[in-house]
Amino acid sequence: MKKVKVGIIGTGNIGTDLLIKVQRSEILECGLFAGKNPDSVGIRRAEKMGVRTSFNSIKEIQDDPDCCAIVFDATSAQVHSFNAPILTKLGKFVVDLTPSSIGKMCVPVVNLKECLNSVNVNLITCGGQATIPIAYALIKAHPEIGYIEVVASIASKSAGSGTRANIDEYVLATKEAVRIFTGVDQAKAIIILNSAEPPVFMRNTVYAKIEKPNLEKITEQVLIMAQKIQKYVPGYKIVLGPVVENNRVTTMVEVAGRGDFLPKYSGNLDIITCAAVNVAEEFAKKKILRLKD
Amino acid sequence: MTKDIIFFDSTLRDGSHAIGHKLTVDNIRNYCTGIDGSGLHVVIVGHGNGLGASSLQIGLSALPDQEMLTTARKALKKTKLGAFLIPGLGTIKDNLAPAIDLGVDLVCVACHCTEADVTGQHIDYVRKRGKDVYGVLMMCHMAAKEKLLMEAKKMQSYGALGVILMDSAGAFDPNMLEETVSFLSKKLDIPVGFHGHNNLGLAVSNSLTAIRSGAKIIDGTIRGFGAGAGNCQLEVFIGLLSRMKIETGVDLYKLMDVSDGVVAKIMHKAQEIDSVSLTSGMAGVFSGFAPYVKKAAERFSVDPRDIFIALGKRKIVGGQEDFIIDVALEIANKKAKDQNLSF
Repeated sequence: MKKVKVGIIGTGNIGTDLLIKVQRSEILECGLFAGKNPDSVGIRRAEKMGVRTSFNSIKEIQDDPDCCAIVFDATSAQVHSFNAPILTKLGKFVVDLTPSSIGKMCVPVVNLKECLNSVNVNLITCGGQATIPIAYALIKAHPEIGYIEVVASIASKSAGSGTRANIDEYVLATKEAVRIFTGVDQAKAIIILNSAEPPVFMRNTVYAKIEKPNLEKITEQVLIMAQKIQKYVPGYKIVLGPVVENNRVTTMVEVAGRGDFLPKYSGNLDIITCAAVNVAEEFAKKKILRLKD
Repeated sequence: MTKDIIFFDSTLRDGSHAIGHKLTVDNIRNYCTGIDGSGLHVVIVGHGNGLGASSLQIGLSALPDQEMLTTARKALKKTKLGAFLIPGLGTIKDNLAPAIDLGVDLVCVACHCTEADVTGQHIDYVRKRGKDVYGVLMMCHMAAKEKLLMEAKKMQSYGALGVILMDSAGAFDPNMLEETVSFLSKKLDIPVGFHGHNNLGLAVSNSLTAIRSGAKIIDGTIRGFGAGAGNCQLEVFIGLLSRMKIETGVDLYKLMDVSDGVVAKIMHKAQEIDSVSLTSGMAGVFSGFAPYVKKAAERFSVDPRDIFIALGKRKIVGGQEDFIIDVALEIANKKAKDQNLSF
């Protein structure tokens, strides 16, 4: 089967992790790995893998639009707001891994199908990918929930310079997505960077305030959801709960990475790059190769 | 040492931790009215973890941030009103901008001591709004002085007027502190500050060590009101400086009156070093965890000291309160297993 070509813009942690996952895919292959940073470790890695690289970032796609049909944007929210209209004009299907909030927000396990009809799909944040499915499961069990809070703690070493310099975008995009996916107006998002050595695995906690929680029903929904995510994020695991104390329902999730680019503690990379590859593969199958399920 | 030392008053911020973030409008009004014009540089008001920190993770405030700040703003005529913000918990859009709109004069932007690059956006924002801004490196016993300098220099480059070293766990011993503060004071262009905790009974004497080593800002609380074992008790420290003939320009009687007349009534119990806070200091874990650790210990029938030691081994930082239950459960499970094995 002929593979569908993708372009990756952004050669940092996320872009490089994506590259490795794309090259493993049976449906996708990397047609271009482009960025701006001449010191990028990722670019050297791509060259070694025999992948076409460029320091011209999006310009390279403008000059040679046939190099890819799908584009992953792993730059920053600011750069993506520049890239998005250009890519749409070129007719590319865009999977955006920055917290730009420009395209249709997507958590594959919740709304993949409807996203395939958009031209630009936004993957929110790593914390969003990890916690929204749980929040969604809680809402299924208790539609009356009035407050939801999500907390992500990640190893400092796995938070790239873009994330660190723009931490507000991360918090705001995550919070907004929790609100939209659950319909709960009162939502809060928190991110903590932990610099412990050896680095900690990505942990996410989802809290909900529920009067008279039905723990059996909640647990059932949460476990169903976790199983579904494990299909595209193998390292996703419920490590605590759901437990209840004073109407506070707590669920804790750990995400171990595959160790593709950064070591296994960087579950925060995997959860979003796995989601990105999942979206791109489904788009390629349904819209380009026109395969049936 | 001359009178160029300034004092940051964190009573109504750090003290929030000690009463489950349940400050009332009366508490804030009475305190600010009493302390106004006493010669302290700034009164910082809010949730223990700052703007936007009210949460199920860290504890819900009784009052919204806006109400706390508005109340304080009305009562403070001479002394500056301050706010505290930890990026990742609060944002410019939702928290910082509204706080400055309400009349905050000074903001402390804080982060774990190795993560200063997350404060760039926020320090820059406060500076551009024309307000005073200081950087705070929390849990600074966890990093070597060279690393702290690197992080402090980042804050300096973003526009911070000073960098405060926060001994969040009360884990600094005097030698380590002297070395760290002298090193940073010599290498930075902006003043260094110190915010001590009393887990090892050193908050006041460490503050003295800090100014002897070149610190120009002492951050403390009236009556030591604060997380865990409490803070450097400002009126005691200023009394000590007075006895040492070091001029501070602070009205000590005013501080003492507020201490006895207002703060004693806000506090649920006298500030003490109990065995749990002592263990938190020894383990190097954030003092503010104490009430949650005690609750989890009771729930899972384990020793709260064991929880603190385990949290210390995992190098848990401020804001990671969710790990407390996880650790407590782990200890409880291990205990159950050991008991089964012994039969």
